[in-house]
Amino acid sequence: MRLTHWLNALRSPVGAVSATLLSAFIVLALIAPIIWGDAAEQTDPSALSQGPSAEHFLGTDGLGRDIWMRVLVATRTSLGLAVLATLIAVSIGTLLGVLPAVLGRRAGRLAVALVNLAVAFPALLLALFFAVIFGIGAKGAVLAIGIAGAPSFARLVQTNVAAVAGRDFVSAARVAGVGRVRLVFRHLLPNVGEPLVVNATVMAGGALLAFAGLSFLGIGVQPPTYDWGRLLGEGLSRIYLNPAAALAPGVAVVLAGLAFTLLGETIAQVVGLRTTARRGHLGVLPTLRRREPDEPTTTQPGSNGASVYDGVSTQHAAASTDGSTVRPDDAVLVARDLTVSFPGPRGWTHPVDGVDLTVHRGETVGIVGESGSGKSLTALAVARLAPEEAVVRASTLNFLGTSLPDRSDAELRRLLGTSMAMVFQDPMTSFNPSMRVGRQLAEVTRTHEGHSRRAAWDRAVDRLRKVRVPAAERRAAQYPHEFSGGMRQRAMIGMGLMSSPDLVIADEPTTALDVTVQRQVLRLLREVQRESGAAVVLISHDIAVVSQMCERIVVMYSGRVVEELPVDRLAEAAHPYTRALLGSVPDLATDVDRPLATIPGRPPDPGARPPGCAFAPRCAFADDTCTAPPVLEDVAPRQRAACWHPQSGPVAPSPLAGAEPAVDVPTRTGGQP
Amino acid sequence: MTAPPVAVTRRGGLPAGVRNPWLVFLGRRFARLVVSLAVLVTLAFLMIHLVPGDPVRAALGLTAPAELVEARRESLGLNDPLIVQYGNYLSGLFRGDLGVSMTSGVPVVDTIGQRLPASASLGLSAFVVIMVSAIPLGLAMAVLTRGGRRRGVELGFTSTSAMIAAIPEFLLAVGLIFVFAVTLGWLPVAGRGGLDSYLLPVLALSAGPTLVIARIVRVEALAVFGQDFVRTARAKRLPPWRVYFRHAFPNALTSTLTIGGLLLGSMIVGTVLVENVFAWPGMGMTIVQSILAKDYPLVQAAVLVYGLAVLLVNLMVDLLLAVVDPRSTIREA
Ligand code: SF4
Repeated sequence: MRLTHWLNALRSPVGAVSATLLSAFIVLALIAPIIWGDAAEQTDPSALSQGPSAEHFLGTDGLGRDIWMRVLVATRTSLGLAVLATLIAVSIGTLLGVLPAVLGRRAGRLAVALVNLAVAFPALLLALFFAVIFGIGAKGAVLAIGIAGAPSFARLVQTNVAAVAGRDFVSAARVAGVGRVRLVFRHLLPNVGEPLVVNATVMAGGALLAFAGLSFLGIGVQPPTYDWGRLLGEGLSRIYLNPAAALAPGVAVVLAGLAFTLLGETIAQVVGLRTTARRGHLGVLPTLRRREPDEPTTTQPGSNGASVYDGVSTQHAAASTDGSTVRPDDAVLVARDLTVSFPGPRGWTHPVDGVDLTVHRGETVGIVGESGSGKSLTALAVARLAPEEAVVRASTLNFLGTSLPDRSDAELRRLLGTSMAMVFQDPMTSFNPSMRVGRQLAEVTRTHEGHSRRAAWDRAVDRLRKVRVPAAERRAAQYPHEFSGGMRQRAMIGMGLMSSPDLVIADEPTTALDVTVQRQVLRLLREVQRESGAAVVLISHDIAVVSQMCERIVVMYSGRVVEELPVDRLAEAAHPYTRALLGSVPDLATDVDRPLATIPGRPPDPGARPPGCAFAPRCAFADDTCTAPPVLEDVAPRQRAACWHPQSGPVAPSPLAGAEPAVDVPTRTGGQP
Repeated sequence: MTAPPVAVTRRGGLPAGVRNPWLVFLGRRFARLVVSLAVLVTLAFLMIHLVPGDPVRAALGLTAPAELVEARRESLGLNDPLIVQYGNYLSGLFRGDLGVSMTSGVPVVDTIGQRLPASASLGLSAFVVIMVSAIPLGLAMAVLTRGGRRRGVELGFTSTSAMIAAIPEFLLAVGLIFVFAVTLGWLPVAGRGGLDSYLLPVLALSAGPTLVIARIVRVEALAVFGQDFVRTARAKRLPPWRVYFRHAFPNALTSTLTIGGLLLGSMIVGTVLVENVFAWPGMGMTIVQSILAKDYPLVQAAVLVYGLAVLLVNLMVDLLLAVVDPRSTIREA
C-alpha cells in the first residue's frame, strides 16, 4: 500500500472524520484517567443528581460525581475492553478459520460445520451464554464477547482462505513440500490480510457496542469500575432528573462505534483502490455526475410530417422501379436523423449518430455491423427502450404513422405493446428467472388486451405450440431455467406473437445459440414473418446470418449507416467496410483453403471518432478526401453508400489484405453536405 | 445466472418422488434444524456444568451452609452421573418440564409462559413494522434514484440510513425516551400497558433493521433494473409498477431475505436490551435477572427459548427463499 493512498483516503470526508474521531478517543483513553481520574471519583453529597451547571458541565450522578469527567475517564475502560475482546475474537476466529486448511479434508469439514452452526446464532445471544459460564464482570464479558465474535470472523477467514487456497502459488508451495502449518502462516494468511484487517476494525466497533450493552445490563463491568455502558445504565434510572447522565455516555458509545466502522471503510477504500481504479477505465460510461442535457429528451419534429415523408419517398421513388410498391404510408417504421447520446466524464458521446432507418410493411431488414457499431442501440432507441441515461433525439420517429415522441407513456405502451415485438440476444437472461414461462407470455395479452387469466394462459400455450415448444402445456408451467437455450429463444419469439405484431425487432437472436439451433430459430423467424406478414428487423454482427434472412441490408459502422443495399446486390457491395465484412465470411466465393480473413484494427470509440469517414484508419482506399464526412448517396439502383471511393465489381475474398485500389476508382467530387 | 444449457427433462412429466428437488431440499433443511436443535439443547444443558467451581455454591453465596448447598445440589440432580442428568433433562424437556427456579421456586415453564407473550408481541410488532416499511421504502428509493438520477436524494438516504443504523437499538431507545417521553411527555417512559407503550420500543427495535433492509432492497433492485429480463418486461410494455413489483422486486428478494433473516435473528436478541431499557416485563428482563441471580434453570430455559426463536426465524427465511427463488433450491438440492 502506498503512502499516497493513505493520504488520499485521509483527505476524503469519511477518512478524515474517522481518523480525527479515533485519535481523539485514543488520546482521551491515554490521558483522561490520569488527569480527571480522581476528580471523577469525588462524591459531593450537596449536589446529588443535578442537571448541568457551571460547576458540573453535564451535571452529577446519584452520588454527586461529575458526569462529564466520568464519561471522559470511562474512555480507557470502554475502548480497552472492546479492543481486548476483538483481539480474542480475531485470534480464535483465525485459528478456527484456518483449521480446514491445516487439517485434512474430513476434520476440516467438521470445523466448517461447527462455524456454520455457531454463526446461525446472533453474537449477543452467544455472548449472554458465555457470560453465564465465565461469570459476571469485566473479565467474563471480555471472554464472552470475544468468543461470541469468533465464529463470524472464522467464517470470513475460511471463505477468504478457501478462495486463495486454489491459486497457483499455493499449489506450487504445496508441491514444493511446504508443511500445512507453514503454508497457512507464510502463504495463505498474508494473502487474505486485507479483508481481515478491515473486518477486525469493524468488529472492534461491534465489540464496543456489545460491551456497552452487557455493562448496561449489569453483566459487564462491575462497580467500582465503570465504562460507558454502566454510566448509561445508572443514568437511565435518573433520566427525569438529569437526561445528560444517560445521553452523554450513549453519544460516546455511538461516536466511538462509528469511528471504528468508518476506519474500517477507509481501510477498505485504500486496499480496494487498485481494483476500483482499474475498473474506472473499462466502462464506457464510468460513474458520472448526471448532467441534464439542455436539449429536450426527444425533439419535436421540426418540420411537419408531410415534408419528412417527402424526403423518404423521393429516396424510395427511385427504388420502386422493379414493381415493389413502396409508398410512404407503407412504412411501419421511419426514423430520421436518429441520435443516441450518453453523458460522459468528458462531455457527451454519441454511439448512434444521425441514423436514418425505414422499414416497410412485411419487409425484412438486416442491420449489420461489428460490436460497438451502434446497431443494437439503434434498435433499442426506435423501440423506446434505450437505457435510462441515454438521450434519444430524432427529427422523425414514426411507428405505424404515429410519431412516438409525441405520445404519452400510456399511449406508447398500448401501441407498441400490441404492434411491436422484441427478441433479445440472450434468451437465458432475457426471461424473468422467478416466473413461469407461461405467465410471462400471458402477461402480454392480460395487460394489453384485457384477457382473463385463463384466456391469456391458453393463448400462451397456443403460442408456445406455434413456435414448436414440445409439450407446450407442461412447458408453460415451467421456469425458464428448465428450458434449453433454443427453446427459450423460441418461447421469446412466441412471446412476441401473443398479439399480432406489425414489426418484430430481433437483436442478435441467434448469437448465444449453437449452430444447429441458430438455424432453427432463423427458420422460425422467417416462418413467422411469412405467416403474420410482420416486418422484421434482424440485427446481427454476422452478415451471413442477415443475408440468409433479409431482403435489404443496412450496414452500420461507428454509429452511422455506411451502406444500404438489397441482399441480391451484396456481391457488388460498394463500401469498403461492407466488402471487408463479406470478405470475412467463408462462404461467398472464398477459397476454402485460405485462412478466414478478419478486418484488421478495431472500430473507433464513439468518443474518439476520426473526423470524416470513421472507417478511414482501417480502410485500404483512404486518402485525403476521406477526412471530410461522406454522405449516403446512390451508387446503384436501391443501393446507397457513404464513401468517397465506392468500389465496384465482385467482392474479393479479402479486399483488405494487401489490397490495391481497383483500377477504376471513381472519385466523387463535391457533394459535401 | 448460469444454468445447464439443456433443460431438465424427465420422461412422463411427473416428478419422480425421491428425486424431487423440493423433497431433497426440505429433507436437508429439516435435518439441519434437528442438528442445530440438538446442539442448542445440549449446550443449554452443559452450561451449568461448564461454570467453573460449584454453581450452586456460587448461586447461594459463600455464607450458605454446606447442608443447604448439598440439598440443593441433590434436588437439582447435580450429583447424578452426567449422562443420567442429560437423560432426565431431555425427558423433562419432552414433558414440558424445565425445572424449578432456584430463586423463586416457581416452575420455570410458568415464568416463561407468563413472560414470553410480552416479548413475542414486541418482536412481532417490530417485525411487521420492518416488513411493511423497509421494502416499499427501498423500492421507492431504487425507482427514484435509478440510472443515477437524483443524486441528492440518494446521498441523503444512504447517509441518514447509515447513521441511524449505526446506533444500536438500546441507545436509540434511550434517545427516543429522552425526546418523546421525558422532553415532550407524549409517551410512557417505560412499562407495558396500552398501545402507546408499544410505540417507542417497537420504533427502537425496527428503525435500524428497516433502514438497513431498505438499503439492501435499493441496491439489489437497482442491480436488477439493469438486467436483461427487466428490459424484456419493458419491451412487453408493461406498466411501470408491474415492471418494478412483478419482475424486478421478486428477483431482488433473495439477498434481501438472506440479510434480512440475519437482521431479524439479531433483532430477536436485541429485544433483550430494549426490554431492559423500557422495563418491559418479557423474556429479556427474565434472562438478565436470572443471569445476575445465577438462577441456572431459568437461564437455561431462557437461552433455549431465544435459541429456538432464532432457529425458527432462520428456517422460515430459508423456506421463503426457496419459494421465492426455486432455482437456488434446486441447485442446492
Ligand atoms: S470514405 Fe474513404 S476511408 Fe471511408 S470507406 Fe470510403 S474510401 Fe475508405
